[in-house]
Amino acid sequence: MSPILLAIVIVTVIGLIGAVILVAASIFMYVPVDERVEKITAVLAGANCGACGCAGCADYAKSIVEDGNAVNKCTPGGAKTAAAIAEIMGVEAGASVSMKAVVACSGTCGKTSKRYEFEGLQSCQAVKGLYGGDGMCKFGCLGYGDCTRACAFDAIHILDGIAKVDREKCVGCGACAAACPNSVISLVPEHKRKPVVLCQNKDKGADTRKACTAGCIGCMKCAKACPKEAITVENNLAYIDQDKCVGCQLCVKECPVGIIHVPANE
Amino acid sequence: MELAVKLASIFFTMILVDNYVLAKFLGICPFLGVSKKLDSAVGMSLAVTFVMVMATAATWPIYKLILVPAGAENTARDLSYLQTIVFILIIAILVQLLENFLKKFIPALYKALGVYLPLITTNCTILGVTILNLDNGYDFIESIVCAAGAGIGFLVAMVLFSGVRRKVEQAIVPSCFKGLPITLVAAAMTSLSFMGFGGIVDAIFKV
Repeated sequence: MSPILLAIVIVTVIGLIGAVILVAASIFMYVPVDERVEKITAVLAGANCGACGCAGCADYAKSIVEDGNAVNKCTPGGAKTAAAIAEIMGVEAGASVSMKAVVACSGTCGKTSKRYEFEGLQSCQAVKGLYGGDGMCKFGCLGYGDCTRACAFDAIHILDGIAKVDREKCVGCGACAAACPNSVISLVPEHKRKPVVLCQNKDKGADTRKACTAGCIGCMKCAKACPKEAITVENNLAYIDQDKCVGCQLCVKECPVGIIHVPANE
Repeated sequence: MELAVKLASIFFTMILVDNYVLAKFLGICPFLGVSKKLDSAVGMSLAVTFVMVMATAATWPIYKLILVPAGAENTARDLSYLQTIVFILIIAILVQLLENFLKKFIPALYKALGVYLPLITTNCTILGVTILNLDNGYDFIESIVCAAGAGIGFLVAMVLFSGVRRKVEQAIVPSCFKGLPITLVAAAMTSLSFMGFGGIVDAIFKV
């Protein structure tokens, strides 16, 4: 047989054998894919933001069908998407809790100051690497906008030295929280009456006062005022348990530095 | 004993001296693309190692039995020029088959390897290791060990570089160097550091 013909025959035969093996394998090792997965993927927001805790929308759809994941975790899609998924899955949607990003820092330009002038790369990550940041307070918002750049929805901006969330635009995906090197940003369930402590400073009261006039000094006044014992002060920082909180807002009035606020009303 | 020494020598040479990424400059695409995060770098490397060994095990016999049977060297029957196309074909079939197999029988591993498995179908390191094994005249066992070493070498390079990259990302670089340029400079330096291993394996195993 001529070498050219042999070459053609060999490649063709290998290709054919491979094709037969693959077809056989795909029949023999067929894994049934639930058609609901595709349907759910179609109704999801498609932002692949990861707010649900899965790697992407398709991954979330799969985890709903296969692992019984909750149907109301798609924050960008909100209640509408949750209802649509619930219909596909044939279950009750349950209340879709809308999460919004909250910047736990009140240290605007007038309230705190800088320890040094930073002229390097304009990023929170970079300034954090230089003696823990340029602010007097090492816990607060650095104000170089890593969160702004991380946000896919144009919902967070630096205003008066600290990050401010546009609550209309925020979908609660948590991209900003992941980008913040100081972990100032967190996702808090949206509630019209429940307040949040807008400070992260864990220094002793006197040190906090030197660094920022709007910092939690751990005075315990809020904890004593709370009728439901929802507030604990740990490491000189007050924390409000959102599950226990009933939204009476006594702590808001009591706080001497005025850093307990209801984010929804800002 | 002699065989063990020889295999160990091949294995460590592939990791340190002839590292596929840092010395032979194959597989630069995943090296730069997937080294951003440590866990994805490890996942990708393990998938590459796995496929490398499987591909070598499949291509070596096909080359020796079908393309160039014993005694056919340099005759009209010598079809070694077909190796590239045939090997690509075989690797593609193999990866597809492997994916089906894992999906059905080892779903946990399938999940762990995830997107990287189909991604490496046409990766040049896989093709490279199968072809270079034949060029070096290795026998079957040596080829398998060489492929495993190459995979582990890939893993070492990926893990090291993902660490380097994390440092680079936090560093303040001139704006003209930001992004890929500084990553390539860092890759070049990592590669240079591996040049320091030249001859070390030969000296240890006295080959």
